[in-house]
Order: sequence, then structure tokens, then C-alpha cells
Amino acid sequence: METNIASSTAPSQSAVKEAGKPAEDGRWKVVNRTMRLNGYSQHALIETLHSVQEAFGYLDMGALKYVAEQLKLPLSLVYGVATFYHFFSLKPAGEHTCVVCTGTACYIAGVPTIIEGIQKKYEVGPGETTSDGKISILTARCLGSCGLAPAVVFDGEVAGKLSAEAVLEKLGRWVA
Amino acid sequence: MNLDDLLEITKAEEERTSQFKHRVLICVAAGCVSCQSLLVKDALLKEVKERGLEDQVQIKGVGCLGLCTVGPLMIVEPAGIMYQAVKPEDAKEILDSLGKKPVKRLECDGNAPFFKRQQKIVLENCGKIDPERIEEYIAAGGYQALYKVLRDMAPNRVIDEITKSGLRGRGGGGFPTGLKWQAVAKASSNTKYVICNADEGDPGAFMDRSVLESDPHRVIEGMAIAGFAVGAQSAYIYIRAEYPLAIKRLKIAIQQAERNGLLGNQIFNTPFNFSIKLRLGAGAFVCGEETALIASIEGRRGMPRPRPPFPAEFGLWGYPTLINNVETFANVPPIIAKGGDWYAGIGTEKSKGTKVFAIAGRVVNTGLIEVPMGSKLRDLVFDIGGGIPGGKKFKAVQTGGPSGGCIPAEHLDMSLDYESLASIGSIMGSGGMIVMDETSCMVDVAKFFIEFTMSESCGKCIPCRVGTSQIYNLLCKITEGRGEVGDIDQLEELCDLVKNTSLCGLGMTAPNPVLSTLRYFRHEYMEHISKKTCSAGVCRMKNN
Repeated sequence: METNIASSTAPSQSAVKEAGKPAEDGRWKVVNRTMRLNGYSQHALIETLHSVQEAFGYLDMGALKYVAEQLKLPLSLVYGVATFYHFFSLKPAGEHTCVVCTGTACYIAGVPTIIEGIQKKYEVGPGETTSDGKISILTARCLGSCGLAPAVVFDGEVAGKLSAEAVLEKLGRWVA
Repeated sequence: MNLDDLLEITKAEEERTSQFKHRVLICVAAGCVSCQSLLVKDALLKEVKERGLEDQVQIKGVGCLGLCTVGPLMIVEPAGIMYQAVKPEDAKEILDSLGKKPVKRLECDGNAPFFKRQQKIVLENCGKIDPERIEEYIAAGGYQALYKVLRDMAPNRVIDEITKSGLRGRGGGGFPTGLKWQAVAKASSNTKYVICNADEGDPGAFMDRSVLESDPHRVIEGMAIAGFAVGAQSAYIYIRAEYPLAIKRLKIAIQQAERNGLLGNQIFNTPFNFSIKLRLGAGAFVCGEETALIASIEGRRGMPRPRPPFPAEFGLWGYPTLINNVETFANVPPIIAKGGDWYAGIGTEKSKGTKVFAIAGRVVNTGLIEVPMGSKLRDLVFDIGGGIPGGKKFKAVQTGGPSGGCIPAEHLDMSLDYESLASIGSIMGSGGMIVMDETSCMVDVAKFFIEFTMSESCGKCIPCRVGTSQIYNLLCKITEGRGEVGDIDQLEELCDLVKNTSLCGLGMTAPNPVLSTLRYFRHEYMEHISKKTCSAGVCRMKNN
């Protein structure tokens, strides 16, 4: 059993690859299966988008068009749903992801200094990826690990009670 | 499945447990898992195997033990010794100590106020049973309430019992559960739905997650009882995608219940059919609002719609729908088993039963607790919570997340119930409780919450969409040292407008953090504006 509190917010590394045509890319099998299990119902749009994001790490335009076609929905509606929910990402993530929790407990325990420290050193803010594509910085609205505040998720692994220095040190190891 | 089968499983489970001389229970809920409790469990299992003690020592994962701050936690039974902050390398020492003196350096005082001052109903099985085994839930008396309901009670009697108990919605609104059930039961339709709201979006709240991770069957049983009472055959659990462990355990629990005939067709050989499906949220706070949640299950953007019609008449796909929170459903089986009068005997006149709180922030003991309604806030912070660390001074408690308010020291002796909290400008909310000390700036805290509601506003109605960002701009201005005389008046006017004209609960409660800090910590706002200083030292100003 793995602890992947944020693996879902932190798209897997395969995400960097472009999604291929449905016929030739095996990853579409999972997506097609989800739609089939739900009887290609339009109600299953969010479920389907979840499966796309799980398979590819993010939702690209081709994927949105494919899903819209299969579920017989207007692309505008699919795009509307994909952009409404924070969980869905329309950009591929970097090689590593660092999710900083910005819940109340973490906030008062000093998350602003952590984010500032990252911003100063790597020139990336929340939701951005470093120019070399190494690190994506994301924020989460409370991981529920309030007892461990401030909490940060490094590539799907939750670490708690961190200082800004400890976070920067960890990120430094990724870049090196 | 019938009652005899339930009792047989119970007996087999008891026999299985009594085989072991020692039982080591390790917390495997998300908090302790992120402190590597699974590695500790593996190390113990390996050690037990090496010593050939498999039939004498049981190692099992259990739900949340509560005191998250010193995880991973474990209990050694039957001695009842509790250990904290256990590491994998401690496994040898712990096994050596079985039946002898406990390992002193790891001991956690199980008689501390944190554990002794609680009264557990919803969390009664947390830390006792393995959440991934239905047999353990059954052995703890599980599914007997469902049996009783299906075999001996009429739907209206079930609703009467819930009404009698005085149970109110635990998601934050506090609407009487009995009334809600009655409304759905009365609606005339052959198709009805039950929805469990597990979209726990408030920052600082993790009660629902812990319940689902520690005792998922209790929620399933509560939902089935509700389904029988209101006449629904299908149900959905709408859960945050950010809770992978809770999702996994729920999936396992639903499968086990189906396999044992406790979900599906003709449950307990009665004509009652009931099925539960999971739906994952996708990270939108507004989906905690019931009409937005329904829109999200239907695959659309989670935007609320005006009510009435309420979901009880026109809900999921237009059918009558009952929506309750996780904790509300978790309260149902014990109410049925022990009676509404028993439940009504706990708590205050208008707020019955117990409430689970997630206590965090600047407090010694952070974690999950359950206390009777009407407990004193002071006891929670200073007794159960152990006070403020580092000799700092208490400043406020924030309850109810972004919809709630900050409670200052002068109200510490207030009783915790729906009405009292509302009277001082906060709300019960779902149970998140963040303690703050003198190092927190209240203007900054208000700004934090407004930033949250501003970015979570769905954008459908103008007061919420525009109002929250105007409030945010004003607060930025004040915290950056550009505040002017008149800003506070403008803030108050805006808050009043957003509160009274927004479409849904998100907007209607969004100004609460600002209003409550203005009410109790007005001097901090004044100081920011007139002296351009922040005495907590949080806001960067030229005079700091």
C-alpha cells in the first residue's frame, strides 16, 4: 500500500509525453473502458476526465476532443468542466512535483515563507514549472495532514513539519 | 445473510482474537501513514515471522487513534500500552517487551486528558478495528442496526427514532436530520436517491476522511438505513479525489458488503434493495453545497442553483434526493441500536449527541477528537489540546473553516453548540478547529480565508464573484500598509452585501472571517491602517 496523498494532484512522469492517437496508444484503453462501463453516458464526463488524467498525467486538447466526440458532448462543455475543477491540469507537469499544502494549519505554521523561498531561488510560483522542466510547484487546499503542518508532498510522498530550508534542500537534490 | 450469520461471524472473530497472547494495533490512517506507520507495521510483521510467533502475536492496522501530532501511534493489547512516534527500528524492542515492562522511551500516556476527556460514538471503532475487514466491524456489533431496521421497523418508525434523537446535520448547516429524511420520504416518486457528502473541502478539516479511512462500514450501514427510511434504492458517495486512501478503503468496504449480501438485492432476505456507487470530486470547494454537488455527480460544472426546489423534491436527475454528511450517516447506526432517547440524553437542549473536531494549529496536541455537544471551548484548547506550545499567548480559535469565524479569548468559556457559535459570529461548520497564538495576525487570517473563497467562488452570482475579490483587494491594501480611513466602513458594507445577496452558502458565509475579526480584533485593523504596523509581525510594512 503506497501513500499517495497527492500523486493525483501530482501527475506522473509519463505525462510529459504527448498523448498519441487513440488507436495506437495503449493508455487509451483505460479511458475507453471507463466510458464503456458507464454506458457512454454523458453523466460520466468527470469520471472519464479522471481516467484521462490518470493515464496521461494531464488533459491535452486532443484528449478533450476525443472525449467530447465519444460522449457526444460539445467541446465547449467538456472544456468548461475541465477548466472548472482544480484537480484537472491542462499542462504537462515537470519531472518532479512539489505540492505545498496551503490549508489553514499549514498557512499559520509558515507556508508563505516556504513559497517565498522557492520563488526566490527557482523563480517559479505556484502552478508553474521551472524553465528546464525539472520541477513543478503546485499548491493544495489542505491535505488533511494538519497535525503535521506545514506539510509538503514531494513526488507523491507526504513530508511534515518542514522549514523553508528543508524544502529548498530537498528541491536542490532534484536539480543537482 | 441473517442475524445468525452475523452472530456466527462475531463468534469466529472473537475466537480468532482470543488465540493471540498479544495484539499490536498500529494506526494506518493517512496521518500516521505519512509518518511511515506502514514501514513500522512491516518491520513488526517481519520480526514476528522471524521469531515464529505468528500464532501468538497479532499485528494489525487500525483506524485513527487521534493524536496525529506524535504519530505513528500504536496500542499493545491486552496490556493497553500506547506508544508514540514509533520507528521501524523499534520493532525488536517492542516485541522483546511483550508481557514484560513497556518500552519507557516510546510510551504515550493513554490516561492523558486528550484521551480521557473524550466521548466516542462516531469514532467508537476507530483505533480498534481493521478498516479493511468487514468481519471486525460485524464483530463490533456492525450491521445489526440495519438488520433491526429491515426486520422489525417500518420506515416512518426509523424516521421517528432519528427525529427523537435530535440529530442535526454534521456538515455545518445543522439542519435537523429527521426533518430532512421526512421530506424525502414524503416525496412521491418511485425513484429516489441517497447521497453521502464526503467532499470535505474546508481547509483544516479532516474528520470525514478519518471516519472513512477508519470505519467505512459504519457510513455504509448508515446510508442503507437512510435508504430504507426514505424509500431509496441507489446511493452515491461523493468523495474528494484528494483522499486516495479513503477512496481505496471505501471501495474495499462496498465490495465486502456486496459479497456478504449487506448491499445489493434482498438484503437480510427482505424486499429491500440498496446499492452504493462512488463518485470522485475534482477539487472544487463549492461542490460541498448540495445543488452544486448534484450538478457535479451529473457530470457538469459544480454550480449551485437557487433553492427551492430543494433536493428533497428535485435532486439528482430530478428525483427526490437525500443528502447528508459522512458524520451524520455515521451517527445513524448507534442511534438505531441504542435508541433516539439515549442519543438525545447527550449534549445540550438544542444540539444533541457528540461532535468530532479536527484540532490543529498552535496547540500542543493536534489531532482528531470527539466530545459531547456543549463542551467548553477552553477544555478543548487547554485540556484536551494541551494548551499553546512555546509559552506563547492564546489569541483565537477559528471554527467552521472559510465560512466560520475567529473566537477570541473572552468567549473561551462558551459552550460548543450550533446556537452559541452562531450567536458570536462563527459557525459549527464541519468541525475544523484551528488554534492561533499571538504570532498570527488576524487581518492576515481574514485575507487568507477571503483569498480562498474568492478563488473557490464558482462565478455564477455577482455578489460572490465580484464582492469577494473587492474584499480581498481592500484587505491586501490594509496589510500592505496602504490602508486609509474609511476602508473599514467599506469592508463592512461589502461584507453585508455579499452575505445577504449571494446565491448559495459559499457566498452567504464568505464574509464571516472578516466580520468576526472586525468584531473582536478591530484594533488590529486600526493599527494596520493608522500606525502602519502589524504587531504580530506577519504583514510586511515599512514600520515593522
